[in-house]
Amino acid sequence: MYTFIQFVKKEFLHIFRDYRTLLVLFGMPPVQLLIFGYAVRTEVNDANIAIYDRSKDYISCEISQKLLSSQYFKLTNYISNESEIEAGFRQGKYKVVVCFAPEFSKQLERTGNADVQFLIDASDPNISNLLYGYISSIIADYQNTKINKLSKAGWMVTPQIKMLYNPEMKSVYMFVPGLLALILMLVSALMTSIAITKEKETGTMEVLLVSPLKPSIIIIGKVIPYTLLALLNAFSVLALGVYVFGVPFKGSFILLLFETLIYLGTALSLGIMISTFAKTQQVALMVSLAGLLLPTTLLSGFIFPTENMPLPLQFISNFIPAKWYLIITRNIMLKGLGFSYIRNETLILISMMVFFLIVSMKKFKIRLD
Amino acid sequence: MISDKKVIKVENLTKRFGSFIAVNDISFEVGEGEIFGFLGANGAGKTTAIKMLTGLLLPSSGEATVAGFDAFRQSEKIKKNIGYMSQRFSLYEDLTIAENIRLYGGIYGLSNKHIKEQTNILLTKMKLIDYKNSLIASLPLGWRQKLAFAVAMFHDPKIVFLDEPTGGVDPITRRQFWDMIYEAVSEGKTIFVTTHYMDEAEYCDRVSIMVDGKIAAIDTPSKLKQQFNVKSINDVFVRLARPNMALNQ
Amino acid sequence: MIADKIVHVSNLNKSYKAVQVLSDISFEVKEGEIFGFIGPDGAGKTSLFRIINTLLLPDSGRVSVFGLDTKKDYKSIRQRIGYMPGRFSLYPDLSVEENLSFFASIFGSTIAKNYHLIKDIYSHIEPFKKRKAGALSGGMKQKLALSCALIHKPDLLVLDEPTTGVDAVSRTEFWEMLKNLKNQGITIIVSTPYMDEASLCERIALISQGKILDINTPEAIIAKSESKLFSITAEDKYSLLKLLRNYSDCKTAFLFGENVHFSCRSENADKDKISEYLRLKAVENFEINIISPNIEDVFMELMTR
Repeated sequence: MYTFIQFVKKEFLHIFRDYRTLLVLFGMPPVQLLIFGYAVRTEVNDANIAIYDRSKDYISCEISQKLLSSQYFKLTNYISNESEIEAGFRQGKYKVVVCFAPEFSKQLERTGNADVQFLIDASDPNISNLLYGYISSIIADYQNTKINKLSKAGWMVTPQIKMLYNPEMKSVYMFVPGLLALILMLVSALMTSIAITKEKETGTMEVLLVSPLKPSIIIIGKVIPYTLLALLNAFSVLALGVYVFGVPFKGSFILLLFETLIYLGTALSLGIMISTFAKTQQVALMVSLAGLLLPTTLLSGFIFPTENMPLPLQFISNFIPAKWYLIITRNIMLKGLGFSYIRNETLILISMMVFFLIVSMKKFKIRLD
Repeated sequence: MISDKKVIKVENLTKRFGSFIAVNDISFEVGEGEIFGFLGANGAGKTTAIKMLTGLLLPSSGEATVAGFDAFRQSEKIKKNIGYMSQRFSLYEDLTIAENIRLYGGIYGLSNKHIKEQTNILLTKMKLIDYKNSLIASLPLGWRQKLAFAVAMFHDPKIVFLDEPTGGVDPITRRQFWDMIYEAVSEGKTIFVTTHYMDEAEYCDRVSIMVDGKIAAIDTPSKLKQQFNVKSINDVFVRLARPNMALNQ
Repeated sequence: MIADKIVHVSNLNKSYKAVQVLSDISFEVKEGEIFGFIGPDGAGKTSLFRIINTLLLPDSGRVSVFGLDTKKDYKSIRQRIGYMPGRFSLYPDLSVEENLSFFASIFGSTIAKNYHLIKDIYSHIEPFKKRKAGALSGGMKQKLALSCALIHKPDLLVLDEPTTGVDAVSRTEFWEMLKNLKNQGITIIVSTPYMDEASLCERIALISQGKILDINTPEAIIAKSESKLFSITAEDKYSLLKLLRNYSDCKTAFLFGENVHFSCRSENADKDKISEYLRLKAVENFEINIISPNIEDVFMELMTR
């Protein structure tokens, strides 16, 4: 145990002495978050909107007026027939269609509740997300300033929002889970594989191998500092996302922590596996960048939704741990779902981890050739 | 033969790194056609001095001219007129002999035709012509070092700096290497060489011994031995670098 | 297995891809001796040392250390070996003290526990114990690496070219240290490309291109040398060398410090004949002596044989 603690201590010394890398590791995620967070948060003004009002009563007209008088929406046309809606979206005439059912006000009077339906073109997730927000706040505002004063029995106008073409509505909120997946992969897999190959390069691995040190101690000793570092990093991103950017966190924190640890384990075992193949830091770096970071960014569904990819890429994406972790975090954070909904993804991650670990253990050499 | 013309002139040359003085006020001259052995313990400041003389490092103060060019203002001209070879880095292992020569010839702006002709002449002379298209990595160390020396002289420089050129080389190849040095000198080149083999110090026309950033002794090997009343340059070296140790023995 | 044989190697072969790096190597190292492998870079010294310290497996042949098999019992062997690889494997970003205490800890030991072992060596660098290992000079790195290899009190020290790239003074100091360690009962196997260090070992193996040329005490190796050797000096060494090479009876002529070492093909060569030749060539102030060869002379003789 004494040996092990000394080993871990040494690893921490390496990490803290290399303050440049440390700076990049901790500086980069917030910067990325800021760039992505703000870059996608551009204002949308004068989004085209069409109105399909089958009621034409005073409340439906007032809601339409309220929408159009905001700076966000601009009326293109009134729709008189349901069959026109689809065509207009396809031609890109408008981004949003507001639908009022017949006898809107009467429905409200009778049942105390009426639904306004909004159809949003969500093919651009960022814009649709913004529009979603605008609509929600305009309706809420109308509810507060108007309906609440009129109503006697707590009438409710509820916006029913339907995303077309991209129903899951990938957006800025999706960025935080994505960044989590990326950082964890970067710190764990990349840094561990580099830390191990570095010892090979400087020749110190030779001395470690000749010593009675067990390979498992070498590996676990290497991995522990980076696990802690990665977790710390992940939580700083999470906190920044939640408190600065208002990303919702609906699910269980404990569950997320548990899943994150599993994903971390997968990434670390991947890093160890790389280092058993790679002889130099340069090779480890190249393999990690090309084999891990690019797919993690591009194929995991972090930036581009996997379901829109060509089939071969969709197939490949199944082998990327980040894809499953992304599904898990989004389900926990954004949808507030429990473990039963992400059991399969968790199992996939665990089996990946076991696979990598077995390969690494088979490949890890107690000798030099 | 060593002429009176001085091709390296160093006066009060100093290099500071912050508060640390790596090279402290050294002065010496090297004549044309001379083999000058530049000795010193690890960390005595040899490498820093060589870097200044080869135009890789700007001196802090003092004066230095190499091949007639000023080390402060004309480092690019110096680089063009000297050859340099070190034990640590000499040739690209993943290129062939011919490719390495082509590369160095190209760096010094020699014409393609000239490079081709000279390559054949050189390799024939070194009996390496059959290995023209072999990768450097496949050659024994001794061959590589000899080839590296030849490549360092390919652009016909006036002065060649050799930084521990024979480290780890077998004794026969080491002597063949010195044959090459003598031959280069007979063609009028000047050789500035560092080595850890003290017997090689005896092959030099003059040697200087650096201790703690200063030149502690400079003369011909035989005069140095006379001066310190010892049998070998190694003993001179030990006397200068570790006075206490020499007394103990 | 005889108890006093620390290392026992017989008929060992090792190749990488098509290159045979070690061929038919056999030798023994006795307990408490300093055994040196003398040979240039690329002779196979590093591969051989890695096989001895269980880092590599031979293609064929038997290797045992402390009477244990290097393949089966590598764990027990590793406990008792101190290894210093050719490149002074230290952590450049850790301080002198941190390096030493780390290497002690991987053997479950501490600096304090075995301080007496390294005291002589470590005291040279202890004033700089807070300095990063990367900022040390070659000689100091070498001392630190030796301290690190010693700190767990090994029975056998395997030192791969510990003096390469280190200045002559540090080299002399280093050999002094090895002698002290030997006196404390540690067996030492050391390799070096410097022929002059051979005489500092009790027994040596001359190794070149993967083959052992000879094994014995330095004195016995020299005694076996057959050719009569002349040491000749003159003002102009290089022209002397060239003249001697053109001498009809010349077998070898090599520069040797301030002299030329010269041997003849014929048995009955003598000073007078050579003097006559040199005078004929108008060489002035030359001096000829018959000398007994040193290890380097013998090495070259064996290499050219």
